[in-house]
Amino acid sequence: MLTLLLILLPIAAGVLTLLSGERLAKQVALVSGLAVLGVAIAAWLQFDPAAGTQFSFKYAWLASGGISFAAGIDGISLVLVLLTTFLTPLIILSAFNHDYRKPASFYSLILFMEAALIGVFTATDAFLFYLFFEAALIPVYFLAAIWGGENRLKVTFKFFIYTIFGSLLMLVGLVYLYYQTPGTHTSEITAFYALQLSKQVQGFIFWAFFIAFAIKMPLFPFHTWQPDTYTESPTPATMLLSGIMLKMGVYGLIRFLLPIVPGGMEVWGTMAMVLSVIGIIYGSIIAIQQSDMKRLIAYSSFAHVGLMAAGVFSYSINGLQGALIQMLAHGINVIGLFFIIDIIYSRTKTRYLDQLGGITQSTPHLSVYFMILLLGSVALPLTNGFVGEFLLLSSVFQYDGWLGAIAGLTIILGSVYMLRLFQKSMFGPRSKWVEGFQDLTMSERAVLLPLVIMVFWIGIYPNTFLKLTEPAVSQLLQMVNN
Amino acid sequence: MYPIILLSVLGIVTLFLGFSKSKNILLPAVLFFLVLALASNFVEWNKGPLLYFYDMLRVDNLTLAFNGIVLLSAFMIVAISGGFQDNPDSEPAEYFGLMLFSLVGALMMIGFEHMIMLFIGVEILSVAMYILTGSNKRNLRSNEAALKYFLMGAFATGFMLFGITLIYGATGSFKIAHIQGFASNIQANSQPYILYAGLLLLLIGMLFKVSAAPFHFWTPDVYEGAPTIFTTFMSTIVKTAGFAALFRLLSTSFSGIYSFWWVVIAAIAVLTLLVGNIGATSQNSFKRMLAYSGISHAGYMLIALTALTKPSQSAIVFYSFAYSLSTICAFGVLMLVSKEKTFEGQPNERYEAFNGLAKQNPLLAFVLAVSMLSLAGIPLTAGFWGKFFIFTSAADRGIIWITVVAVLMSAVGIYYYFRVIIASYLREGDMIKIRVAPFYQLILLLATFLTILFGLAPGIFEGLI
Repeated sequence: MLTLLLILLPIAAGVLTLLSGERLAKQVALVSGLAVLGVAIAAWLQFDPAAGTQFSFKYAWLASGGISFAAGIDGISLVLVLLTTFLTPLIILSAFNHDYRKPASFYSLILFMEAALIGVFTATDAFLFYLFFEAALIPVYFLAAIWGGENRLKVTFKFFIYTIFGSLLMLVGLVYLYYQTPGTHTSEITAFYALQLSKQVQGFIFWAFFIAFAIKMPLFPFHTWQPDTYTESPTPATMLLSGIMLKMGVYGLIRFLLPIVPGGMEVWGTMAMVLSVIGIIYGSIIAIQQSDMKRLIAYSSFAHVGLMAAGVFSYSINGLQGALIQMLAHGINVIGLFFIIDIIYSRTKTRYLDQLGGITQSTPHLSVYFMILLLGSVALPLTNGFVGEFLLLSSVFQYDGWLGAIAGLTIILGSVYMLRLFQKSMFGPRSKWVEGFQDLTMSERAVLLPLVIMVFWIGIYPNTFLKLTEPAVSQLLQMVNN
Repeated sequence: MYPIILLSVLGIVTLFLGFSKSKNILLPAVLFFLVLALASNFVEWNKGPLLYFYDMLRVDNLTLAFNGIVLLSAFMIVAISGGFQDNPDSEPAEYFGLMLFSLVGALMMIGFEHMIMLFIGVEILSVAMYILTGSNKRNLRSNEAALKYFLMGAFATGFMLFGITLIYGATGSFKIAHIQGFASNIQANSQPYILYAGLLLLLIGMLFKVSAAPFHFWTPDVYEGAPTIFTTFMSTIVKTAGFAALFRLLSTSFSGIYSFWWVVIAAIAVLTLLVGNIGATSQNSFKRMLAYSGISHAGYMLIALTALTKPSQSAIVFYSFAYSLSTICAFGVLMLVSKEKTFEGQPNERYEAFNGLAKQNPLLAFVLAVSMLSLAGIPLTAGFWGKFFIFTSAADRGIIWITVVAVLMSAVGIYYYFRVIIASYLREGDMIKIRVAPFYQLILLLATFLTILFGLAPGIFEGLI
């Protein structure tokens, strides 16, 4: 029942926010975001990693069709639910500085998004998963299209059509699998796992799922919507997109692609791996050349997600564990970085590195927080990025030495663009744009402090989270190998 | 059977009501007639297959479900017509009379058990539609549309009649049951090719009525030229009745030669999807876009015919229902908005007319948005489940490639449906507050409510048929 509460509470909170009027909206949204986090933590405390899927519920939806409204939480779901519920209040809080017009709609959309994301991460019925997968798109589309930058209509439209195209392909795959289930058809994910599909069919299903998830993450060469959308969206929407929504894609790979079509992975896995590695390098190189800070982080995010995908496609316990922990780390870092860029932008009205410089002279707090998040992102040992990146690279290396070596360049390239970002904006002579730059306010610190705590927590003692996912991951791999 | 008799009589009554001094009585009277017909329709629910008029008309739950959709749509359309009071030239009694008569035709098409009944049904429905299309006498576009519709429709009827003749020639009967017996024993029969030719010609006639490609050329012009209220009628009721008839035709009479016709229908389905969706993307007029979208929806429904499985029966009913609800909403909002704005002296039916709708008329914008989402097949609307059921029926039959085409085309569909949502929610415009009559509003809200209700719980529908 906790799962149902986790899905319904943000919906109720969203409606409440909408009704609470323009003045109270943000407070109501924040409090309800924290309440959802409280429920998630309660689930965490009761969670037994060894016990498989827990807190399940199931209501018949289309009784004769075997489609049900069913969800539950296992280790993999739990870390992502924790990530979602942890980040959402911070995203809401980060928006406090801005006077977004129509705040009630704005904050309620964030909460609706949260509900859909939790639904995606907990659904145990494939069609329910699909519904939430699509439903998550609508709030973020409106967030980006109403409150975004100048080109928002064109850019978000492209984003919307791109991602929905992918989802529709997945729908075909799901429908097909549904009809392969024996007896009265059912759409339970576990029933899909049990299917014995021919090699050729697995190949097709692989593509249906792969394209859907690759667009969502995005993987090379399906990424063209991403930098524009990230840049044009208002920062909270960018945070939702990069911090949480792209994890839907990686989660989909782990939950659907690997276990359902291992045969397809055998045939096409190498290709997927190569595409992932190309994405890592390609994203990093473009990131080095960016002058717009938001775009730079967008491309870095694209590179990081390539590494996660490579880990998943490596088919190993290290790869999967690494991908999961890296999802947490990336969510935390990228949200922090986008927030800091938003702070810089709102004070200087520019995001271009050429126009910035010397911010650090007046901002000890900002500089420290920025540096920590940035180091987390370049995977310095004892920060959160290191754990994931280490596991991921080792798994890619085991898969293929050459690919591992190429993917390993990400650490060097990552340091290049990240340190360049820091150096150009924070050090050097003080530019005219940064005159009178104020250090962090209390509410800004309230956003960054939890993030930094998490950077160290995951970096120093990753076992808190690794041991949550370990049984689920090894069970998954066992099933695939059989 | 009751609604057919009732509507025939009440149609004449409506014409007589036109002689009364007060035109205000007409609208409530016609609405009452339709409620009566709708209620009488369900008297025979679960009484299970009944045959009437020397076995020429069949009443079973499937018939009644289609009848229900058609009658409910008609009720909503009449309700939002507002009695045609804003146009002094109009002849409401005649319009309503014709609408009621055309419904008789639609019901005959839905319940036919005999080819002659099908033909008469098609003709009754079509002739009424030809007249209504041209009812805006002073508008050149309306006249042109009526002529075009009539000429092409007459041709289509010719094909159809020829087809029926050949089928008669091959089988010696007009009765569905006899034809079915003949077709399912095709090897032993001497004249299968005449039957094949007859079926193809009959299909041409029927596919014209539901505006499937390549028999769709009249659709955009006629939809655009006809007064919007009759366009709504055409795109919902004619289509539903047409598909009900096609379904009965193919699932019973010709189920024996499935292997012959399924390829034809599949090819036409793909072509229709391509023409409808790609055609719709390049339109600047919302009304023309809806015409192309109507073509594309015919394509989706043809997929259910191609599959012809047990699920495809309920899929086609569900789809017709979802499609009718959304189409009525879309045209309903269009009528309100285009009345307030003009473009080159005509009501403005372009996308720009909707700019800024959400700010001044949030309710209308919401109704429009839900209907567009449903037509686009976004989850949690009835339209999603409609598509879903159709896709599953095709997958059940193992025709997965056609589903892939349909899915690609759905993604194209999102492009043009969202243009309206973008215009009304995200673009600035000088929209004025539109006054909506309470009853009109009620109907729009009812349709929206049903769209969302069936989107959340499609199971309600299940088990009905």
